[in-house]
Amino acid sequence: MTTQTTAPKNTGAPAAGDASGLIGIPAHIGRALATGGGVLTVVSTFLAWTWTAEFPGDLTVYGYPGGLQVLVLVAGALTALIGLASYGVKGLRWLVPAGADAALRFAALAAFATAWYTVIAISTQLGGLVNLEPGGYIAAAVTLIALLGSLALPVERPEPDPFDPDDTGWERFKHTSAHNWQIVKAAFASGSPRPVRALPSYAEILIIVAVLAAGLFVFTYGIGTEYDELFVGFLITAGFGFAALNKSGLIAQASEITARHQNITVCGAFIAAACFPFTQSDDQYATIGVYILIFATVALGLNIVVGLAGLLDLGYVAFLGVGAYAASMVSGSPSSPFDLHLPFWGAVLVGAAASLVFGVLIGAPTLRLRGDYLAIVTLGFGEIFRITANNLDGTSGPDITNGSNGISSIPDLKVLGFDLGIAHEFGGFTIGRFANYFFLMLVITAVVVLVFRRSGDSRIGRAWVAIREDETAALAMGINGFRVKLIAFAVGASLAGLAGTVQAHVTYTVTPEQYLFAGTTPPNSAFLLAAVVLGGMGTIAGPLIGASLLFLIPNKLQFLDDYQLFAFGLALVLLMRFRPEGLIANRRRKLEFHEEDEAPAVLSKTGA
Amino acid sequence: MTTDTTTKDTAPGAPAPGTTILDARGVTMRFGGLTAVNGVDLTVNSGEIVGLIGPNGAGKTTFFNCLTGLYIPTEGEVRYKDRVLPAKSFKVTAAGIARTFQNIRLFANMTVLENVLVGRHTRTKEGFWSAVLRGPGFHRAEKASRERALELLEFVGLAAKADHLARNLPYGEQRKLEIARALASEPGLLLLDEPTAGMNPQETRATEELVFAIRDKGIAVLVIEHDMRFIFNLCDRVAVLVQGEKLVEGDSATVQGDERVVAAYLGEPLADDPGAAEAAEVEAAEAAQAQAAEATGAAETAEADTTTDTAAGKENDR
Repeated sequence: MTTQTTAPKNTGAPAAGDASGLIGIPAHIGRALATGGGVLTVVSTFLAWTWTAEFPGDLTVYGYPGGLQVLVLVAGALTALIGLASYGVKGLRWLVPAGADAALRFAALAAFATAWYTVIAISTQLGGLVNLEPGGYIAAAVTLIALLGSLALPVERPEPDPFDPDDTGWERFKHTSAHNWQIVKAAFASGSPRPVRALPSYAEILIIVAVLAAGLFVFTYGIGTEYDELFVGFLITAGFGFAALNKSGLIAQASEITARHQNITVCGAFIAAACFPFTQSDDQYATIGVYILIFATVALGLNIVVGLAGLLDLGYVAFLGVGAYAASMVSGSPSSPFDLHLPFWGAVLVGAAASLVFGVLIGAPTLRLRGDYLAIVTLGFGEIFRITANNLDGTSGPDITNGSNGISSIPDLKVLGFDLGIAHEFGGFTIGRFANYFFLMLVITAVVVLVFRRSGDSRIGRAWVAIREDETAALAMGINGFRVKLIAFAVGASLAGLAGTVQAHVTYTVTPEQYLFAGTTPPNSAFLLAAVVLGGMGTIAGPLIGASLLFLIPNKLQFLDDYQLFAFGLALVLLMRFRPEGLIANRRRKLEFHEEDEAPAVLSKTGA
Repeated sequence: MTTDTTTKDTAPGAPAPGTTILDARGVTMRFGGLTAVNGVDLTVNSGEIVGLIGPNGAGKTTFFNCLTGLYIPTEGEVRYKDRVLPAKSFKVTAAGIARTFQNIRLFANMTVLENVLVGRHTRTKEGFWSAVLRGPGFHRAEKASRERALELLEFVGLAAKADHLARNLPYGEQRKLEIARALASEPGLLLLDEPTAGMNPQETRATEELVFAIRDKGIAVLVIEHDMRFIFNLCDRVAVLVQGEKLVEGDSATVQGDERVVAAYLGEPLADDPGAAEAAEVEAAEAAQAQAAEATGAAETAEADTTTDTAAGKENDR
């Protein structure tokens, strides 16, 4: 038997090592197809895709893209631009600092997936392909051409491992498919971006403003999507489009610039968030906004405990509950056992203090445990809180929390004579009740962000990270592990309590069933932890983005219903498999999860 | 080789040389039925470098762990500057004993500077509120800590790599960083657990110089090592631990000349053993070598090194 070391045949590709595309089309034709396909995709969105307005978004108009067509238009334009940039067209080269090919593949994929999703959605919903107008066929065809063209672009193929001549057919098959998978991965990988030229700082600040404005626009668009199809299309386009920009190196350059002006970025992000209610005509989406903010703020508080100090807390929602209950009891609600109506500042202090006390009480005995044991015990305490709140109803125990009915009709807050419960006019904009609370919650979020940033970059923050990295060594360096962990726990708890005080007033009612370990609606402990893990542990932006996604997706995709938790679990498994450091990677964390990768020599400030 | 092994003049401000700073009396550590350390007495005087040697499994690291509060001795007591050591390792560090680990335990994903700053923890006070409010005191303390940490990095020769991740440093520099981190807690006694394991001869020499420099700062050093040349060059006194008991203690010559030490490292020939004659021959040769100049003993120690290096990390640091 001769040793067979030739490359496995892959869709007619020549021997390994050279750079050819995944598909047997010459590279220059492929590039032309991809770019032209992108241009034609843009054109096709101006055609009618279906004959009836029954499909939501009205895709019947010539010359005026609507609904999903707009998304395809965006993806097609991105494809065309990156395609042109890959030709080295002057004035577009800034688009692809890390090489165009991988970005082009993702952009074409975005256009393809969105267009085909639309076409399939039209034909299934209206019953058959006959419902498509020529525009729909054209869109499907040109996006497919663009995708095929982009796949024909040359790929740096990894060298295949030689075969073991004694392999059975099955082993050989596994070997071949593993190598093919390597090639596909290589096709979607990109180089490292060239560093950003030193721009004058006003230009960099303008770039930051533009990035934040784009972020606000994308977020507002996503929150304002009116029907399921549009939201799914939005997720597809945004996901692949973001991947394309990431592969093109633009994201890396943007984060380099924002890292240079961290304070400006943080302030700008808050201003952008504060602009959100002004983009809305009614209070409908401000409601979602304020719930997202509550969820995200609590997730950020949890990130101090989990991300910085490395303490796995599975009962974190209990602290939110304690804050909410404490605030509701001093809110003057008729079902509160105390006849007490404190002003806002009093309620906030009471809520945060109650959570702090509860956090220390739980932390003191449990923080002597490490790892899994701590997780189990915190899970238990989270449930104890809920069951206790359920039982303090006057029959099973003293009447304090009003049992499963909870504390209801909590009056609206008044801050400095400003009634948050009613709509106000601001220079032509009507700011409704939920928008008011949105602003209040934004202040709380700012406090949490401030605490997170400042404590993370200090003696105590370094001690947290040291404890997480190696507890024994940290103790030997003179860190009182228990004390430091208790501080992390207490800080996390009181921040959650802070959010809880606002939550109680937003929802009017506080019941034990809002504070479950796992449920279909956030916030609950499992979702909070998922938001942190999904977004990226140890970062500020991570939990905020993770929480937004985890809140928006179930909220928008009503048709998922019973499969919601299943889909959520599946997504989490996939994410943990392919990007364990989360969507926004903390540099430090990324290194922990990708041990084998070559680490950069210098940890930049963004990693802290 | 002209390494000066006598005690140099200590830096001003250090405690007068000769006063006992560490005093371990009858330290016994039992794990269930196993007695890992049995009634060991050891003193370290200020401005002194003391070596602790012994075959693998002799209980050296366990003894170290007893000294640093990671283990609480079953019997006996350890006094540092006439005070019984507290039972928590962070309190021991605060009291003034710092240590390094046999298998390097840096905070791998923190930068070199951050690692040293963590070492400053016991000597700084800024708490959570100070970090959040960021008053002038916070900035002052943070700046002072940074300056001190950079000074220490300069001292061990890592200042140029302050922003590198600890995990990316080469092995020898990781050891140096561990020493810098330990020094950051401003100890009066530094415990080094195999500081040259896995190093090449040049790096070992550099470490030797570093330990002398540390001693010259007025910090007493207690060092575990398998590299005999290193130990005998460095130490004013050497204690030999075998099977949890202290066999001999004395200066280099005393220890090198002691038959029991040689036997503990190389084993004793069995009576009626077919290879007895050869073994005795080898032993005689080794003994002769050990007594001869250290340079000729290099081969033997190198041999001892290669055998022990493979076992590095096996011993339990907990």
